[in-house]
Amino acid sequence: MDDRAFTEPGPARPTAPGLPMAVLAELTHRCPLQCPYCSNPVELEAASRELSRDEWQRVIGELAALGVLQIHFSGGEPLVRRDLVDLVAHADGAGLYTNLITSAVMFTPAKVAELAEAGLAHVQVSLQGASAALAERIGGFRGGHARKIEAAGWVREAGMALTLNAVMHRQNLDELPRIIEMAVEMGAQRLEVAHVQYYGWALKNRAALMPTLAQLDEATRTVEEAQARLAGVLAIDYVIPDYYAVRPKTCMGGWGRQFFNISPSGKVLPCHAAETITGLRFDSVREAPLAEIWQRSEALNLYRGTAWMQEPCRSCIHAEEDFGGCRCQAFALAGDAAATDPACAKSPLHAGLFSLAGAEAEAGSDRFLYRNFSGGAPEG
Amino acid sequence: MSRLHLSAESVPALARHARLRFDRNRERWVLLVPERVMTPDEICVEILQACDGRATVGGLTAMLEQKYRAEPGVIAREVLALLQDLADRGYLIDREAA
Ligand code: SF4
Ligand code: SF4
Repeated sequence: MDDRAFTEPGPARPTAPGLPMAVLAELTHRCPLQCPYCSNPVELEAASRELSRDEWQRVIGELAALGVLQIHFSGGEPLVRRDLVDLVAHADGAGLYTNLITSAVMFTPAKVAELAEAGLAHVQVSLQGASAALAERIGGFRGGHARKIEAAGWVREAGMALTLNAVMHRQNLDELPRIIEMAVEMGAQRLEVAHVQYYGWALKNRAALMPTLAQLDEATRTVEEAQARLAGVLAIDYVIPDYYAVRPKTCMGGWGRQFFNISPSGKVLPCHAAETITGLRFDSVREAPLAEIWQRSEALNLYRGTAWMQEPCRSCIHAEEDFGGCRCQAFALAGDAAATDPACAKSPLHAGLFSLAGAEAEAGSDRFLYRNFSGGAPEG
Repeated sequence: MSRLHLSAESVPALARHARLRFDRNRERWVLLVPERVMTPDEICVEILQACDGRATVGGLTAMLEQKYRAEPGVIAREVLALLQDLADRGYLIDREAA
């Protein structure tokens, strides 16, 4: 059996995109938490701009027709939407595999039961830390930690798959061993240990979040030991931080290739951070059929395949594997979205990035800028 | 939670969150699981379809042996390895153990 996550062969030519496998449906940017590394854009979309239930239901039908197999309901906090159960039922009815990405603090036993009834297959709960004090400092929300642990139990009782997503950084890496034990106690099947990726809010908070090299080595050892010990009980996915990496991540499996993102107001984005690249124009599901956007969107076609690449990517043997890394990171750090991702050792910026990470980790302020609708709130 | 060990007496069934579907757009079977789309080959699809929560591993192996006129033992090993692998990923449950 083939275990590669997404096996659809991708197009090399920008004019012939393959069929997309999965979509991230950002239902809203509203969220009771204020994580300083939130992957939402710094300019959050107002509730009044959000797609309505009817609009989402039409889009979900178009997704299934287009070949999408999995839908990840995300946000912000998707539980803020009163129509979430309807949308899950609609997606399940259209044959899509449904996943809910949530902080879980708004769950109630009744809501969990309704979602299970609607066909929800998988719930992914974010963890900010292992101790309540630290987790609640990071999320900026009192009482959230205990609620999460309780809600995870309801999810398991309802028979849904549970993944925990722990976003790791300098402030919480020391709690990693305890986070792994919590995942086992909570009955999760999977734990994602993901180091922060630096764009948007996280870029603003980079000095407070960047891990030290010693912390990173320790985390890698901890994860490898746990992976061996917990085989068959808990699967642990591990994402190392870009700034200390040698090869970049295959961001989104390649731009416009297998995934896309729909923003709360209906913009079709190649990834959730793509709006950080200024000057791109994204099409909206309010203006055109999805199939047409997938084929013709200027923004999607811009970095599809490999034809747009510059050196050193253009002549690199890894070009078809990692597609030159992350376009958003290239834009943020090299000032050019078509540049080689500076996370790659072949980028001329790589060495500078590595030493910058070390310097920020040693000397950076620990004070957060919290995510909110008015440009951020400094930690008091 | 502890590891699920399958044997010939186990009664395997796909977990609620592992869904075997025919993908009309790509004209092939897919096993949809958290964060992944797996593409089972023909024989694997047959094995998964036989995991109906009633047949034992031994029973469905015998059925396949007969159908493919295979030498005893060969299919049994393969079936058990495949199913144990899926169980380790949390995609299979054992109705016997439950
Ligand atoms: S990262 Fe934190 S603030 Fe952002 S949507 Fe998730 S829970 Fe909310
Ligand atoms: S040079 Fe470009 S294609 Fe080669 S490994 Fe680096 S990012 Fe990937």
